[in-house]
Amino acid sequence: MRFLPIVTQIFLWYAIFDSIESTQGGNLESTEIRGFHFTDIVAYYLLTMIARAFSSMPGLASGIAREIRDGEIKRYLIQPIDLISFLLLTRIAHKMAYYAIAILPFALVFFLCRDYFASGWPPWSVLLAFAGSLVMGFLIGFFLEAAIGMIGFWFLEVSSLLFVYMLFSFFLSGHMFPLTMLPDNVATVVNFLPFKYLAYFPAAIFLGKIPEEDLPMELAIEACWLTFFIIVCRIAYARGVRRYSGFGG
Amino acid sequence: MELDRRSERTKYWKVFLTFAHNSLVRDMTFRTNFVLQCISSLGWTLMNVGFYLIIFQYTTSIGADSGWDRDKFFLFIATTWFINSLVQAFFMPNAEEFSELIRTGGLDFALLKPIDTQFLISFRRVDWSALSNFAAGFIIALVALYSLATRQIEPMTPSILSILLYVFFVACGVAIMYSLMICLSATSIWLGRNQTLYNFWFYITNFSRYPMEIYNRGWGRPMYGFFTFIIPVLLVVNIPARILAKPISPQTWEDQLLIVWGLAATLLSLWISRWVFKCALRSYRSASS
Repeated sequence: MRFLPIVTQIFLWYAIFDSIESTQGGNLESTEIRGFHFTDIVAYYLLTMIARAFSSMPGLASGIAREIRDGEIKRYLIQPIDLISFLLLTRIAHKMAYYAIAILPFALVFFLCRDYFASGWPPWSVLLAFAGSLVMGFLIGFFLEAAIGMIGFWFLEVSSLLFVYMLFSFFLSGHMFPLTMLPDNVATVVNFLPFKYLAYFPAAIFLGKIPEEDLPMELAIEACWLTFFIIVCRIAYARGVRRYSGFGG
Repeated sequence: MELDRRSERTKYWKVFLTFAHNSLVRDMTFRTNFVLQCISSLGWTLMNVGFYLIIFQYTTSIGADSGWDRDKFFLFIATTWFINSLVQAFFMPNAEEFSELIRTGGLDFALLKPIDTQFLISFRRVDWSALSNFAAGFIIALVALYSLATRQIEPMTPSILSILLYVFFVACGVAIMYSLMICLSATSIWLGRNQTLYNFWFYITNFSRYPMEIYNRGWGRPMYGFFTFIIPVLLVVNIPARILAKPISPQTWEDQLLIVWGLAATLLSLWISRWVFKCALRSYRSASS
């Protein structure tokens, strides 16, 4: 069922390519938008599914905010458990359990759609970078959302803030469309933002849209972002706990 | 007898107005929250508009020779927005509450009231903040109509008749969506709890968001048929949008047939949803006590 939105998206893009092709001449294979052929677009959407499977954290920020509001966070303060590591391990366990099952339908869909991956498997180095970007995408997603959840220490109600964040990440992560299609000046700005690591970046690596010689640099930048969010998250937690006051039992 | 029915109707209307009023009072109690909700749904609209603007940087129309160029497509989007905002404002909160009522047994109270149960269930809450998207749709439609009327190539303004028909078929679209929603939420009587309602709803309506022509090829054809004739979600937005965006005079008989089918589908789905609802109520077995 999760693939249905992609299906409509594929039809939309097919219609778009169809009309470009008929106005410019040529055929479907030669038509492209900013380096993306039709098959690339389909592959792109499928790959962002994988990236999102790693980086999406349903209920993380809202869960933290709720625990702060309800006072449940006390138990992490009196027990010798570190909240952030505890949540991180829970997430990893949850993702592993979930995708151990979900890998079957994923594999099936990818097998059925194998023709859309026009260039086949990328070389090993790229695959390695892809795997690295997925893992870092997961961590960035985690620490970014956890940091947002920590805002709950300062404001009690964060649900509308979360919604705004969700909108931004949906649009700017490339979940909706490949980020290269943005107008140039916007794309430059978006490229500096960390959202792209949540969906666009891993997919772009796999499809070879990022030149191989740039890969180490790009991954290093991603690692910097990751460190940044780990630090922000830690500081927010430490400050927040100092602000926090729990009452009652 | 005739008088009776009319007074009955005004009574229902009054009850509805009271519901709407109460909801507005409730929304206004938490005014900041209301404003934030409006802003975030407008944010969603802006993002979508941005996405389509980006698409139209690269292409002149959606689908070759389909006639959905930028201005017309934005009319289509506006139509989607009208229908979705109406459904979200009037029916979405109620459908969610209905599932909850069944689970907790609160439906007992609704059944006891001397009023049609389906009416009571479907109109109790109005989510006023969802109407902000209606306003957004209105702005999109106005801009699209303006640029459609003033552009160099094939300028056009819709006739009065097509606008009237448009309004009518937008209402039909809302009715189809409403029927679908009632059917879906009535299933929670059988299932006890239907939490996937919202997801399922999202997946189905996803299909209604684009012009139907784009599905009419290759392996999309079965889906095209299914969502036109079995679950007619493709008609919801497409029929009114076509009436407004494509001039009414040189119409093929296929288009006219589609309009007639749209009307029939509306009536049919209203009737079926009523039937499903009644069937479901018959198998309702309260909760506790």
